[in-house]
Amino acid sequence: MIAHRVHRDLARAISAVENGVTDYRGALARFTALGSASNGTTARKRADVIGITGPPGAGKSTLVDRLIEGVRAAGETVAVIAVDPSSPFTHGAVLGDRVRMQRHAGDPGVFIRSMASRSAGGGLAPATRDAVRLADEAGFDVVIVETVGVGQVELEIVAVADVIVVVTVPALGDGVQAIKAGLTEIADIFVVNMADRPGANASATDLKHMVREGKRDIPVLQTIAQDGTGVPELLAALNKKRDGDDSNAVRAVRFEIVRRARDEAVRGALAALDTPDAAAVLDRLRDHELTRNDAIDALQHIFGGTAHAH
Amino acid sequence: MPIKVLVAKPGLDGHDRGAKIVARALRDAGMEVVYTGLHQTPEMIVNAAIQEDVDVVGVSILSGAHMTIFPKIMTMLAEREVDDIAVVGGGVIQEADIPKLKEIGVREIFNAEASTQDLIDGIERIVAQTGRDRSRREAAGTAGAGQAASR
Repeated sequence: MIAHRVHRDLARAISAVENGVTDYRGALARFTALGSASNGTTARKRADVIGITGPPGAGKSTLVDRLIEGVRAAGETVAVIAVDPSSPFTHGAVLGDRVRMQRHAGDPGVFIRSMASRSAGGGLAPATRDAVRLADEAGFDVVIVETVGVGQVELEIVAVADVIVVVTVPALGDGVQAIKAGLTEIADIFVVNMADRPGANASATDLKHMVREGKRDIPVLQTIAQDGTGVPELLAALNKKRDGDDSNAVRAVRFEIVRRARDEAVRGALAALDTPDAAAVLDRLRDHELTRNDAIDALQHIFGGTAHAH
Repeated sequence: MPIKVLVAKPGLDGHDRGAKIVARALRDAGMEVVYTGLHQTPEMIVNAAIQEDVDVVGVSILSGAHMTIFPKIMTMLAEREVDDIAVVGGGVIQEADIPKLKEIGVREIFNAEASTQDLIDGIERIVAQTGRDRSRREAAGTAGAGQAASR
């Protein structure tokens, strides 16, 4: 069981990293109730991180509610990090994922935290990764991360989750198309939710055909999250994946390294654009002395130069 | 940092249109609003406020049960040693009860006449007064953080 004190400290630690006040290590040092679970002499098993992603309105939150129920029934504690989008205009957000998870509100073995995406693009919030690590340190056995409703390109969950469930619904013809294009490579389990609706079997068959073309074993399941149908099968599939090898860790690390390298490159390019050499090129562009392509070539040359200088 | 607000709807009354309008108005004012749905118990509200680490809890009550629900919320927050989350109320609350609610620590009551702008202004004022700018509050206690990070 997780003490009330831990809930409070975990919540405040997440706020601290979310607001950029301190980093993950700083938060751990400051909120001492965290980490107490791993301070013993025996090494504690790290939390298993389950990612739930899929298009908006597919029933992700309701499914998470069912998973909480199943995980608790198995005697494990669970933290949920649920991300909803921030408005790009006002930066405000309405975070409504808790509405579907109210049954667990009084259970100290369950911690639910909503996060606004704060305009990060990958389906998660900038601090989600740290929030997951903090929940792990707080001693939760399972951490469930629910992404914002996603399309094809929001794949950030890869860097965070050990097992990824991609949820879709029938009659979302285009939704299945989107999943084919984007989320296919990251799914460990496909779920066709709202399986009592027309077209569920067709969607599932469609996904099964696609899965058969790939190399990995990806179960395609049907659920009705609203009444719990199919959830035991989903829990069984999740447990099998959790007990399996850690090949996703390799994928996660690759993804994170590439992402960091890309961020670094962007910072480098922005810095290079700030140099007098680059300003001179841009001045000549403005004065019609260079074509756009000439300017790009010239700047590329400058970037190359600064890269070598490092 | 955006102000974070929990909009809570306790008790048996089944009307949350007002709460949803409030949630949207606060979002449009740049706040992060956690909405919990209907039929919340005081315990659910307090747990959600703690887990979400909100600056303000806004409790909407139309049923007339405010003199039982607010004291329970305030007592539970005190029991959990939470003194930095402000509680405000809205809905149908008799004038005569407002001083009693403020006495037990409810910061402000927004009655049916209050506009959403009154609510936004009120919440911004309370957060400014409490000094519960989450970044500042945490910054005061992070002396050891840099040390830990450089380890």
